[in-house]
Amino acid sequence: MDLNYTEEELAFRDEVRAFLKSELPTSISDKVKTGKRLTKEDMDTWHAILNRRGWLAESWPVEHGGTGWNAVQQQIFDDETCAAGAPRIVPFGLKMLAPVLMKYGSQEQKDYYLPRILDGSDWWCQGYSEPGAGSDLASLKTKAVRGGDHYIVNGQKTWTTLGQYANKIFCLVRTSTEGKPQQGISFLLIDMDTPGITVRPIILLEGTHEVNEVFFDDVKVPVENLVGEENMGWTYAKYLLTHERTNIANVGANKVSLAHLKHIGRQQKVRGRPLIEDPVFSARLAQIEMELDAMATTNLRLLSSPDSVANAGPMSSMLKIKGTEIRQALNDLTRRALGPYAMPFVSEALDTGYNEEPIGPGYAAPVSQEYFNNRKITIYGGSNEIQRGIITKMMMGL
Amino acid sequence: MDFTHTEDRTMLKDMVARFIADNYPLEDRNKAAEGSDGFSRDMWARFAELGLIGALFSEEDGGFGGAGFDINVLFEELGRGLVVEPFIASALLGGSVLAQLGNDDQKALITDVVAGSTLLALAHGEPDSYYDLAHVETTAMSDGDGFVLNGRKAVVLNGDSADYLVVTARAAGGTWDEDGISAFLVPAGTGGVEIRGYPTIDGQHAAEIVLDNVRLDASALLGESGKAYPAVEMAVARANVALVSEAIGLMEVCRDMTLEYLRTRKQFGVPIGKFQALQHRMATVLTEIEQARSAAINAAGRLDLPRAEREKAISSAKALAGRIGRLVSEEAIQMHGGIAMTWEYGLAHYAKRLIMIDHQFGDVDYHTARFVEFSRQAA
Ligand SMILES: Cc1cc2nc3c(=O)[nH]c(=O)nc-3n(C[C@H](O)[C@H](O)[C@H](O)COP(=O)(O)OP(=O)(O)OC[C@H]3O[C@@H](n4cnc5c(N)ncnc54)[C@H](O)[C@@H]3O)c2cc1C
Repeated sequence: MDLNYTEEELAFRDEVRAFLKSELPTSISDKVKTGKRLTKEDMDTWHAILNRRGWLAESWPVEHGGTGWNAVQQQIFDDETCAAGAPRIVPFGLKMLAPVLMKYGSQEQKDYYLPRILDGSDWWCQGYSEPGAGSDLASLKTKAVRGGDHYIVNGQKTWTTLGQYANKIFCLVRTSTEGKPQQGISFLLIDMDTPGITVRPIILLEGTHEVNEVFFDDVKVPVENLVGEENMGWTYAKYLLTHERTNIANVGANKVSLAHLKHIGRQQKVRGRPLIEDPVFSARLAQIEMELDAMATTNLRLLSSPDSVANAGPMSSMLKIKGTEIRQALNDLTRRALGPYAMPFVSEALDTGYNEEPIGPGYAAPVSQEYFNNRKITIYGGSNEIQRGIITKMMMGL
Repeated sequence: MDFTHTEDRTMLKDMVARFIADNYPLEDRNKAAEGSDGFSRDMWARFAELGLIGALFSEEDGGFGGAGFDINVLFEELGRGLVVEPFIASALLGGSVLAQLGNDDQKALITDVVAGSTLLALAHGEPDSYYDLAHVETTAMSDGDGFVLNGRKAVVLNGDSADYLVVTARAAGGTWDEDGISAFLVPAGTGGVEIRGYPTIDGQHAAEIVLDNVRLDASALLGESGKAYPAVEMAVARANVALVSEAIGLMEVCRDMTLEYLRTRKQFGVPIGKFQALQHRMATVLTEIEQARSAAINAAGRLDLPRAEREKAISSAKALAGRIGRLVSEEAIQMHGGIAMTWEYGLAHYAKRLIMIDHQFGDVDYHTARFVEFSRQAA
């Protein structure tokens, strides 16, 4: 074992830094650093810049247009982009669907969809959850009935993140009611422009439009949009979920969040002294930092193991639990660090173009809404209760 | 000892509960919270008519209550209703300081406060004061017969709708001295008072206030010059009894909604309440709420004890309300799953208020340290 970066890794880090310095627009990184909302255009712009450099698909193999980077390189890239204030790449196409297509898709599907994910032609969203099928995903009811060369889809998906921007949705649909519920699920790729699809916003607790309901009313989907085999979708769905989990763990973002909290701790004064010198606050901060340092290594241990191990074992569930709990602890302590200034909430202040004087310190505006919004991370991607269930099931063989 | 409320208080509690159940739906509350004042003037007038503002003042000050348990009983119900009208700002903060320090002329205003036609706010906290009550940098300089005030006040609860601000300013001493702080009764329109109101994340309203050479007559001074701190501390103690009691009401709503959801939401063919992983956590939530309730009772019952005993009970209750409030709101959301994350479902509005109570007049860490400080003094 060796925890130090090699010469090559350091050189790679410098290359990434130089790239970010010259290519990441400050108009975008300023927003990320100050917690402002990104527009779709901001996200598209950064996606295109990364693609131009060939660094968009950090976890894809070279044959499909990926970087072919190893785990350490990916982590370096992740750390550096987060630290520089780069937006998080919307994961649905790049990090969730793509691995499924590479492993289970037809040659035509790979040839058609993978390049479109890279060049931004397609914005994918995830159609897994339904009102009645959350944790018990296999009980999903949205139905696809085959008739000749197409399926007719009826039903409803919900919680569809950024579905308002998407032109494609990958869906789990029921194609059979025989046998166990898991045995009748198929994985379909659906064009959002198809007649019969309606998207309705769901407003989240801090007042933002981030998720949607998607309704399917006799939606016609060509059979060639089926991924893999009919009724085998559950296998693909689970494979995708392990990738979703690892992505949610988000080590790079946690590191930035910790650094930001320290910055706030140095600015914020209590009885004239920086808050970070307060013994109780600094102990709380230290506990999170210790956890994060260990978890970052867990993450690298997982990512550097062979794919079969990483995706079959309980480690991705452990990472999801730790990564999200650390993030929530950071959000919580950041909120507390603000004192009374955690309360003011002028939503427009987080939009582009707002230029009134901030209320309280400049870093205060996004903090509490982020704390509340990030309650979601222990719920989605398979709730942390479900992850704990997966871990014990695997380890105990019960 | 007796752990039942008096008949009067039981009647007050039932009356408020019924009124809120019949007249205060969450949608109306949210609409009022989004309005320019952050509350409904009409609803405020109706609360006044019911005598709810008067219930927070003693008889000698023009009310018909004002004891710790009056605050406790009323605010549990206001919490259940997620009420946004300015009870704390006007009656408990501004009102308490005025009642304690005001001369007869000044106290005449309390009649209008009780009637709901005049609103008060306490402009005390400052941009750098964090939760420290004695931290006052705003200055009060003598000027002929009167005074000139300069400084800034931060996150002044309902400061944007008050008719009069009770403003604290330093007449003598250093930034953190309890001695040397004066209080003034300042009409909101006074020259040099600049008020910037805004919403808070839990549906309240607050304001940043700049005092720029604000000239006041001698008659604006409340009590003796430099001697206002004990009255402010008492007013904040009363507000904290209100906040911890409000928190109980909020926790009860979160608890009830979650219990109901655990019984009715089915996954894997059974109500999710069948999963022991959730049962044990719900049991913890229920147990902790009773702890918070007892601590709130302790604080309400010890409000009139000597300072150190009073402040220890207040800090204890506020620290527990902060810790348990967070537990209850986070667990309620988590055990609901996605539905709790929506604006529409409603739970989140209670959860947001519950979390923000920890940011008013001292959080868990502040009150734990304060408890230690007063324990040392008492020993
Ligand atoms: C902001 C947000 C964005 C989302 N984005 C997407 C998206 O883009 N696409 C998509 O398909 N889905 C998305 N989801 C949905 C998410 O995956 C589900 O919310 C999640 O799977 C939980 O389902 P549920 O909300 O129905 O809760 P439920 O499944 O009803 O769970 C309620 C509670 O019961 C617990 N529970 C359930 N079963 C068990 C058990 N066996 N043992 C112990 N505890 C249990 C849960 O952990 C939870 O605490 C999103 C959700 C949110 C909140």
